[in-house]
Amino acid sequence: MAELRGPAEVVVGIARRLRRRGLSASPDRVHLWVRALDALDPLSTDDVARAGRLTMCATREEQALFDEVLAAYLAEQRLDPGAQLLTVPSELVVVELGELDDGAGGEVDDEELAVPTASRIERLAATDLAELPSLDAELLALLLRAFSGSGRTRRGARRRPARRGRADPAATLRRVLAAGGELTEVARADRRPKPRRLVLLLDLSGSMAAYEEGLLSFAYAAGRQRRPTTEVFTIGTRLTRVTDHLVGADVGRAVAAASAAAVDRGGGTRLGELVKAFSDRFGQRGLARGAVVAVFSDGWERGDPALLGEQMARLQRLAHRVVWANPRKAQPGYEPLAAGMAAALPHVDEFVEGHSVAALVELAGVLLGATDRTSARRPLRA
Amino acid sequence: MSVDDDGHGGAGRRARPPFDSPAELVAALDEQDYLADEEMATACYLALALGRPLFLEGMAGVGKTAVAGALARSLEAPLIRLQCFEGIDAHQALYDWDFPRQLLHLRAAEAAGRHEAPDVLEHELYGRRFLVPRPLLQSLETSPCVLLIDEIDRSDDEFEALLLELLSDFAVSIPELGTVRAETPPVVVVTSNRTREVHDALKRRCLYHWVENPSYEREVAIILRRLPQVHERLAERVAFATRRLRARDLLKPPGVAEALDWAESLAALGADDLSPALASTTLGSVLKYKEDIEQVRATGLAALLDGAGLEEVGLEGVGGG
Repeated sequence: MAELRGPAEVVVGIARRLRRRGLSASPDRVHLWVRALDALDPLSTDDVARAGRLTMCATREEQALFDEVLAAYLAEQRLDPGAQLLTVPSELVVVELGELDDGAGGEVDDEELAVPTASRIERLAATDLAELPSLDAELLALLLRAFSGSGRTRRGARRRPARRGRADPAATLRRVLAAGGELTEVARADRRPKPRRLVLLLDLSGSMAAYEEGLLSFAYAAGRQRRPTTEVFTIGTRLTRVTDHLVGADVGRAVAAASAAAVDRGGGTRLGELVKAFSDRFGQRGLARGAVVAVFSDGWERGDPALLGEQMARLQRLAHRVVWANPRKAQPGYEPLAAGMAAALPHVDEFVEGHSVAALVELAGVLLGATDRTSARRPLRA
Repeated sequence: MSVDDDGHGGAGRRARPPFDSPAELVAALDEQDYLADEEMATACYLALALGRPLFLEGMAGVGKTAVAGALARSLEAPLIRLQCFEGIDAHQALYDWDFPRQLLHLRAAEAAGRHEAPDVLEHELYGRRFLVPRPLLQSLETSPCVLLIDEIDRSDDEFEALLLELLSDFAVSIPELGTVRAETPPVVVVTSNRTREVHDALKRRCLYHWVENPSYEREVAIILRRLPQVHERLAERVAFATRRLRARDLLKPPGVAEALDWAESLAALGADDLSPALASTTLGSVLKYKEDIEQVRATGLAALLDGAGLEEVGLEGVGGG
């Protein structure tokens, strides 16, 4: 790049970096940024930042990402925050914007990705999460795709116009009035289907530490695809709601934020008490009512297993469906010997593995109701 | 299309008073008792300068709705508000026909024995006087004006699609009447409490601003400005304690609105300082969940008010004691 440090170069340079971090810095947005800058002081880095935050971001998390990218960029260019930029002829803006359209420009990404092959992804997806150093983009894409279905629904309370259903007196009357007093057709309304809420309870205690990143990524994928109806909590020694941390375009940041919020991770497990805390504070109030609840835990219970059994029974009464995912289940010759697991099992509708990406994808299908294995609710014994 | 006569019509009317910089807008909003920080002022300024809708997101009670009101007053333009709710549709947001009056008109024509060609009568029926404009249409007909689309996260996807069309063209076509276009596009403020994620396509039309809680100094100033009856000492203590509450892990951290409620309640009790006993009796005006109140009572109200551990709220050397 040239020695220029004008606003145009800064804008284009940052836009390029934003795109690399997963933000859709489309040319029309960049254009808006330049226009906004034109209305402010284009030579002040403060105003470059303000205009960029307003135009390039669509969520609070993206703004945080923007701040990070901007700070890194300024540091790289050896500019102090609040520094003045150099004047650049305005044609340059046009030139740079044109260049922007054809993708990454001359600069090549330093971290070239290995070419993904189907067999490699398949192999990685089947690998136990405890043995994977980290989830790469293709695996995350698998998780995201797994949640793209429409999911389970329930009949909502509100009605909307429909072909069949109960007659809608108000709408019919409106039609009569509109037709000058003649009844042409009876308007009908039916109860609209509402997506069922999905509640994930993640046990991030010491014995589950190896699965932390995988589970949080799974929760992120669920939230990303089904944001308003997904709630995520971590359990261990404390109940923490991490739903609001698992947002934004950057999965790494989201997972790190959720992980930092769950201060109890790596500690011992008091599953019974925490499931009770969840039901008391959130579940019974409505969060778990009619919802699909998934518990991710190996069932190692430090507290009283009887309490866990009792609380799982309560949860099952509240929820539409309770799924328990235990990564240890995949090990050959697994028996639910952990006291907590044995106590919880009679009150669980589905008992699945969830140890690898492939297993998590299958679990997503179970949660969305795509692969419904138990049609009627019956106690499940392993 | 003409607008209901409110006396200040005319072609020479300027769309917006000229604010030459965000700082000028801060001063103008200040006159309307809205104390904007620089980020908010820049956002509003750019919304005016670029003619883009402003999308404000933030916790409940941080003053998202209030800024639209202040903006309207400082522009001396009417504020048109559309409160969104689940199931809102075009009839409630755009326009509707006044069927009963249309019928009445027909009957009257019949009774008077009018025998014009049917299309004359029909033309009358779908005339301006039988059209009921709803907020979105009103905002196109009233220019300049500030259109506030409040709590868009409560509406459905279908409604977002409708807004998308309106916010890009600032025009509505009514099949029977023709197209209504805004002389000057209204200043649009969209707010969301983020109970669900609004579609990206809509956000892309807008300037996005996340509204943070104000700084300690600003919050004190806001309390004093909005509630002149509140003693300065009380305002400082309330702002301090509210900030402390926000740093806790509560189900609903208090916003500025709650801080104002709290200060007002305390002032109504004749207090000019905040003691643990007073805080305890008035806690219900700042915390709205039983669990939150219990949690705060359990840790002791004195701990909420004293100066220890200030670094956790980023307030070294302020308040306390």
